[in-house]
Amino acid sequence: MADMTAAIEIQGLHKSFGDVEVLRGIDFTVAPGEVVCVVGPSGSGKSTLLRCVNLLEEPTSGTVTVGGVDMTDPDIDLDAMRRRIGMVFQQFNLFPHLNVLDNLTIAQRRVLGRGREEAGRIARENLAKVGLADREDSFPSQLSGGQQQRVAIARALSMGPGLMLFDEPTSALDPELVGDVLGVMRTLADEGMTMMVVTHEMGFARDVADRVVFMDGGRVVEEGAPEDVLARPEHPRTQAFLARVLHPNAVQPEA
Amino acid sequence: MTTLITGKDREETAGRPRMSPRRRRRISRGVQYAVFVVAVVVVGALADWQQLQEQFLDLSVAQRLFPELITVALLNTVVYTLTGFGVGLVLGLVVALMRLSSVAPYRWLAMAYIEFFRGLPALLIFIFVGVGVPLAFPGIVFPGETYGQVACALGLVSAAYMAETIRAGIQAVPRGQLEAARTLGMSHATAMRSIVIPQAFRIIVPPLTNEMVLLFKDSSLVLFLGVTLQQRELTKFGRDLASTTANTTPIFVAGLCYLLVTVPLGYLVRRLEARHAQAR
Repeated sequence: MADMTAAIEIQGLHKSFGDVEVLRGIDFTVAPGEVVCVVGPSGSGKSTLLRCVNLLEEPTSGTVTVGGVDMTDPDIDLDAMRRRIGMVFQQFNLFPHLNVLDNLTIAQRRVLGRGREEAGRIARENLAKVGLADREDSFPSQLSGGQQQRVAIARALSMGPGLMLFDEPTSALDPELVGDVLGVMRTLADEGMTMMVVTHEMGFARDVADRVVFMDGGRVVEEGAPEDVLARPEHPRTQAFLARVLHPNAVQPEA
Repeated sequence: MTTLITGKDREETAGRPRMSPRRRRRISRGVQYAVFVVAVVVVGALADWQQLQEQFLDLSVAQRLFPELITVALLNTVVYTLTGFGVGLVLGLVVALMRLSSVAPYRWLAMAYIEFFRGLPALLIFIFVGVGVPLAFPGIVFPGETYGQVACALGLVSAAYMAETIRAGIQAVPRGQLEAARTLGMSHATAMRSIVIPQAFRIIVPPLTNEMVLLFKDSSLVLFLGVTLQQRELTKFGRDLASTTANTTPIFVAGLCYLLVTVPLGYLVRRLEARHAQAR
């Protein structure tokens, strides 16, 4: 990825669910190695934008290219592309009928054709990376939410992705468990992983993101360095949103 | 709530010479017990115990049922049930997947199958497979002959019910499971096979066990096919021996054999359901 090909390039992206237009023309790029946080009020379309990147949602119009490959081209091997794009969900989505190790090895073996030993070795490396080396025999239901989410990150990493998508990874967690997950993500960012993160964690966005994108009403309203967008937002809608998020007790009733 | 009752209300209700609700409940329960005791005494006094014992539990007749009752009749009932269940499960899975297919004609075909076989009496299917098909195609031979016919008839009927159960099980697996599998690069087929269907089957183990209990009882419809002595199952066995011995005991004992299997299976279903409810 040393060339100048963007990790993600989105042009003129529209997405409608029935009559509801959720994305109204998004142009957006993520450079290799960049960490981009997408913030905005709920219903602003940020999760849909993320899900359009690996085509969990099919765009109504516009193009999405990942590593120079047009994801919306019906003739590409979508499964092959998705192997290179890790995704972490709000609800973890671990496989409850498999233990932790099998959660990490099943796709390696069924999709990449790795042998049991090689898949197990890679899985254990990634479990150690998220600090759960001792839990490989546990079942997801025996883990806390924070542990489950770290396993989910390790599962995605086991496929050796070049890009990671995070869809509100800490929104379903108890507050005291958020830190562990963000810590793992921060390590990942420090190692140079390309990351697109939909989040409500403004602290994480401020400290880790190279760029923050603020979305509202299906459009990108403002984007830039976190110290600009989060500390000195230019657009009134960004200002209003940040005021609500950063000072929830001081919210004025809407005029 | 007591604070809502004013002093005046209390005086009025207390003033009337009515029974308190507690006293009324006690009397009502006493009456129910009394009716029960009277009924037991009357039945006990009127029944001809001698006659009943000779007809339903004649031990000398019961002895003559063994060992064929177990080695032939019960064994055949189990074989018919399991083969029918096997055919039904495979066929039901296929119909369930067709029902969920993105290809519309498959969905229509699956719907038609389900409506057709759920809407017909199982006995009619048995007669169709056992009598109609050999009449229509004289050369046809079912694998295992009678065994194949029974497995086919039971399988055709139960597949319709199992297809709906399996479909519901597949749809009960959260959508995120399929999404997670697909984002790991699995094809739709691989994701269904290794992630969704294994979870669906966990969900539907209790209803499938229930279906097996129903099949176990429906295997008695073999009675209407021509079977050899060695192919008889519990019901036909009981009926034949009731005729030859001119005694009801064989039917009674055959019934006990059904209960020996269905009651524990029913208990197992309730246990599985309770465990499943806990795991949620």
